[in-house]
Order: sequence, then structure tokens, then C-alpha cells
Amino acid sequence: MKGYRKYFLSKLAWFLVTFVFAVILNFILPRLMPGDPVAAIVGKLAQGMSNTSGLAKMYQQYTDLFGINKPMLVQFFLYVKNAAHGNFGFSFSQYPRTVANIIASSIWWTVCLQFPAIIVGWLIGNTLGALAAYLKKGFDNVLIPVSIFLSNFPAFGMAVVLLVVFGVGLKWFPTSGGYGFDLIPNVSWKFMWSVIVHYQLPFWSIVLIAIGGQAIGMRSMSIYELNADYVKYSRFLGIPDRKIVGYVFRNAMLPQVTGLALSIGTMVGGALVAEIIFSYPGLGTTLLNSIMGQDYPLISAATLIITVMVLSANFLIEIVYGFIDPRIKAAQAD
Amino acid sequence: MKNTIRQVFHSGKFIVGFFIFMVLLLIVIVYPLIVRGAPLAIIAQGTFFPPGIYVNTYDSINALTTYTLMLDNAAAKRIANKLSNDDRLAMKEWLVADGIPATQIDTSDIVSLLDLWQKNYDPNKSVPGMTNAKRNYYVRVNTSLQGILSIEGYIIATQNATTGALEQTGTVNQSDYVNISQVANVRVLPLGTDNFGRDVLTELVKAAGVSLEIGLVAGTIATLIGLALGLLGGYIGGYVDDIIMFITNMFTVIPTFVLLILISFSIGQDKRGAVTIAVVIGFTSWVWTARAVRSQVVSLRNRDHVNLSKLSGHSIVHIIVADILPYIASYVVMAFILQISSGILSEAGLSILGLGPRTTDVPTLGLMMNWAMIYQAEILGKWWAYFPVLVTIALITFSMNLMNTGLDQVFNPALRD
Repeated sequence: MKGYRKYFLSKLAWFLVTFVFAVILNFILPRLMPGDPVAAIVGKLAQGMSNTSGLAKMYQQYTDLFGINKPMLVQFFLYVKNAAHGNFGFSFSQYPRTVANIIASSIWWTVCLQFPAIIVGWLIGNTLGALAAYLKKGFDNVLIPVSIFLSNFPAFGMAVVLLVVFGVGLKWFPTSGGYGFDLIPNVSWKFMWSVIVHYQLPFWSIVLIAIGGQAIGMRSMSIYELNADYVKYSRFLGIPDRKIVGYVFRNAMLPQVTGLALSIGTMVGGALVAEIIFSYPGLGTTLLNSIMGQDYPLISAATLIITVMVLSANFLIEIVYGFIDPRIKAAQAD
Repeated sequence: MKNTIRQVFHSGKFIVGFFIFMVLLLIVIVYPLIVRGAPLAIIAQGTFFPPGIYVNTYDSINALTTYTLMLDNAAAKRIANKLSNDDRLAMKEWLVADGIPATQIDTSDIVSLLDLWQKNYDPNKSVPGMTNAKRNYYVRVNTSLQGILSIEGYIIATQNATTGALEQTGTVNQSDYVNISQVANVRVLPLGTDNFGRDVLTELVKAAGVSLEIGLVAGTIATLIGLALGLLGGYIGGYVDDIIMFITNMFTVIPTFVLLILISFSIGQDKRGAVTIAVVIGFTSWVWTARAVRSQVVSLRNRDHVNLSKLSGHSIVHIIVADILPYIASYVVMAFILQISSGILSEAGLSILGLGPRTTDVPTLGLMMNWAMIYQAEILGKWWAYFPVLVTIALITFSMNLMNTGLDQVFNPALRD
């Protein structure tokens, strides 16, 4: 158990360090801009709001929330304390809703859309990549250019293409939203079905993009492994091809898991923009609305939540990796 | 060096990518020389004019010579243009509902159909089960039919400046034609106009140029930072390496996209020029280059020729430039190409979020996409506003990555077929 524990603890420590660093960045970057955020907020309050009683209330709220006149360090701890309590204040653009409320209502859409899509894309991509490396020629010649094209096509581009073809052209799927505009979220078959139908286009646009990059990576790894000495040795020993291929792909898979952990941030970024195309009620659309409405507290909270999501996903993948990498198991035996 | 380049140009993938890229670059450079005019000039009143050739009606009437062409199908085409097949079927439907037997109505015979229609149609008559929208549709069809079969031309009249009375100055017959080259004002809009009424093609070419520039600036900055940090960390090692690796690992897991959003928002809309965005992208995307360069340098650090160089008393700079850089040059070039294409994509993503360069001075591919999305071009079926943009983005990134894959196969023999 010692190898595992050491591995987990080091990963956990790393997670915490990056987490703290991310929070600091989230705090400090907007404060590096000319003029402090509260001044900017008050400035924007004057132009954006029509509700005067709300205006005064919000001004008071932000004065308390940010502790304007206190030193930077105190402000930072105040920020951390508020964030830990989920207190991000009121939203400018959707007053009187609180930021926490808006985030809470959109985060699950994003989580349920993106993580399954990325995992499915990863699985399909790896399978295709491994097949390309093993079958070579015909399949390889088709798959690789297609994968290169897919992996470099922006996620929002794929979203637009799917939207136009299947949503506007063929009318198979709705073009926007997370559920029918005439429905109120509840637990009924009708609502569920509406959600499932609306889920398809955003889901597949993310999956298709993920497939490309993963297939290319897996193909290179598999070709590399297929040429390794242990494969030749196993062939000389007369081990059946099927068994060797099993070993090869298990070995080629490991760097792909790490690759997923490293690229999940980029993928989420792309997928957020894809959400916007479909007006999917997730964090991407929330982010767009907050930027459009110059809604500083909402942007700050949304970026923080996205960072936390990505870091956690990254951490989870690392933990899974710990279970499947035989080298960590070997360290345990020492 | 010469040999390497020759080898690179033997790779099919590289050549295809290089060719596509050069064609794009050529268009970006040559097009503005031929078609002059500000890319952001608003030329159309109204949104989303479809692609086509726009001929000035006023100038056509005033053309120097008019030609008479006797073409058999001119009348039929004219009618078909006004009265589509759907309209004819709808007319038949109305007539049938009015009580005329369907066998008597022949939709292919325009003359008899119109004859029947004119005799029987009454806009005030209510047909049971017909919606109001449908009734209005029939009124519209009926108005458009006025004069459809007439063979007389139009009279051109101008207003007398003093009396205000109309005076005939000429006639336009149905068989009159003008040669398009003699019409003073003809504007070709191969990709129509966008939501603001700007020529999409001119805008697109400029946008592609600006986006390439953004990619280039971002790629250069990212590659330089990545290279510097990678070389420092990899070659010097020790504490320097630990610190650099710590920072690099940190920025690997923190999503770049979030950093981009925070920084771009903090800069503020009016201060965000195309170059500013490029610099911001460059400063947030050096991580991969730094990691890769470092790991390559670590493996090179203890090679014999490097040790020999050290023993000969060469300076660190000399060792890095003469003994290490040549080994990683191919890799750095490949990373640079990828950085350019990912820089272009980052800009597009940011712009769609509304955090792209300010919209007043230059278009970028991302901004064009953003405008098309805001005005719902995709839902309205105005494909010319977004599809060419997507194709351009895809062609740029695709060509870059083909070049990259080609180079990879040249420098990394294990990946060759």
C-alpha cells in the first residue's frame, strides 16, 4: 500500500498547490487592470442598472464584500472566505439573482454534457487510433487525414456544422437550449425526452472533436510500441498475435491517460464555446452572458468554478492512472 | 541544411499543407491589391444580401446602347420567376376549393390557369377552413400577377422641374437587353454581405490576414518563451529547473482558456487591439513548448559532444547555440507551426465569447464568426456569413497541421509508413 499512498499524497499535494495558485490568479489578474475592480464595478453599476434601490443595495454589498479600503492581503483573505462560503454577491446582469444561484443552475448542465462527451470521444478516438496502427494501409490512410482535420477543426465550427445540418437542415434535433422552451424543468418523461433530444448535437460536436486528437496520439503511441523490442521478442517466442496486441495497447494506453489529464483544460475551453453555439444552458453560455453584460462578479465566479472543475477532473484522472499503471504497483512491492 | 529541406519537400503531407498555406497567403496578399476598399466599409443597406452579381438598375436603364434579343423562353422565364410551382399548386388548391373541378385545371398551362384565376378569384370570399395567413398569401399572389402576361414595356418618365408633371423620356421593352460590361455600376459580391452590410469576401480576406498575423505574433512569443525556459531549465538544471518545472506544471493544469478570459476582460474592450490579443495568447500558451524543449535538452545535456564542448571551455551561450539548438531545431519549428494554428483558434474562441479584439478597426476570423452568431446567421440560413469563415479557419489549421505531421514523419522515422 506504501507505493499507492505515496503516489496519492504527492498528487493530492500537487492538486492543493495548483488550486491555491489558481485562486490567487483568479483574484489577482482582474486587480492588475488599470483601476481596481470595485471602481470599475461602481462605474458599470451606474450605466447598466435601472433599479435604483437595487443599485444602492449592491453598492453596499460590494463595499462589504471586497473590503475596498483594506490592504491587498486582507482583501485576498476576504475573497477566499467569501468564495469558500459560495458568496459571490449579486449578479449585475441578472439582478436580483445571486451569482451562486446562477452558477448552481448552470454547472450541472456543463458537467453532464462535457465529461461524458470527452470520455466517449477519448474511448472512440483511442480505439480508432489503435486500429489504424494495427491495420495500417487502407484504414490508416483514411483515418489519419480525417483525424488531423477533425482535431484541428475548432469545436465551435463543428457545433455550427452539426447545428446547420441536423438542426436547421434536416430538422432532426432542436437548434438551441437544454430543453424545450415550452417546458418547465420537472421529473417527467416528456421533460426527460426533451433534455435527451437537446443533448445530442452539443454532445456529438464535442465527441467528434475529441476523437481526432486522441486517434492521432494513440496511433503514434501504438506504432512506437509495436516496434519495441519486447514485441519482436514475443513474436520470436511464438506468442499469438492477439495476445501481443493486447499488451501493446495496454502500454500505449498509459501515456494516453496522462495525455487526457493534460489536455482536459483545453478540451473544456473548446467545449464551452461549443455550448454557446447551441445556447446550451451551461457555464459557457453563462460566461457569454456575463461578458456581454459586463457582469464582473459572475465572470470571476464562473472562471473560478471552471478552473476548479478542470483541476478536479485532472486530479481524478491522475488517481485512476495510479491504479492502472503497473509501475506504481511495482513501487509498492519494493 | 539544404539536404534537410530537400527531404522535407519529399514528404507528401508537408507539400500539400505547404501548398494550401501558400495559396491562402497569396490570396491574402494579392486580393487587397486588386479589390481596393476598406474591409469594414458598410456598403449595403440591410442585412445578409445573398452572394451574386449586383447590377445597378438606374444605370441599366441609362445604358448607352440597348440591344433587342428575341428569345423564345424569355416570357416563360419571367413568369416562372414571379410565379413558382408552389404558387401554381396553391392557386389550383384555391380554385378547387372554389368549386372548379380539378380536371379542368392544368398548372403547366399558365395562360389558361391565369384566365381561370382572374375569372374566379375573389379576395373577399372566405373559403372554409382557411387560415388568415393563407388568405393574405393569396392576396399577395394575386397582386403579383397583375400585368404578368402583358407584352407592353414600361414607360420611363421624369418629373419636370418646374411644373412637377411627369414627362415621358423613354420606354423599356420586354425584349430590351443591356450588355453588363456597358453598365456603369456592377458590383460582384461573391459571398454577399454580412449583418452590417459589408462585403463578406473583402472582409474575410482581411480577417484571414489579421488572424494569421495574430497567430504569428502569438506563436513567436510562445515559442520564444517556451524555448528560453526549456533551455534554461533543461541545461542548467538544479534549482532553476525545479522552479521552472514547477511553474510550467502549474500552467499546464490551469486551463489556458480561463486565463485568457480573465486577462482579456481585465484589459477592457477599448484597449484590446489585435496585437494585444496576440500577445496575451502568446504569454499563455508557451507551456507545451517549454515542457518538450526541456525534456529534449535534458537528454542532450550529457551527450559526448556537449561534454567535449564544456571541456573545451566554451561558454554556456555557445554550447546552447552550437551544440544543443541544432538538435532541437526541427522540434521547435514543428511546435512553432502548431502554436500559430492554436493561436488562431484561441483568438476565434475568445472572439465568440465577446472578448476578442475591439470591433472598430480590423476584422478577424473570430470576430466575423461572433457577428454571424450574434445575428443568428446559422438559424436564418445565411450560410455565406459563417461558412466561408469556418472553411478558412479549417484550411489554415489543417494546412499547418499537415505540414507539422509531414515534418514529424521526416524527423521521426518511427512514424514513417
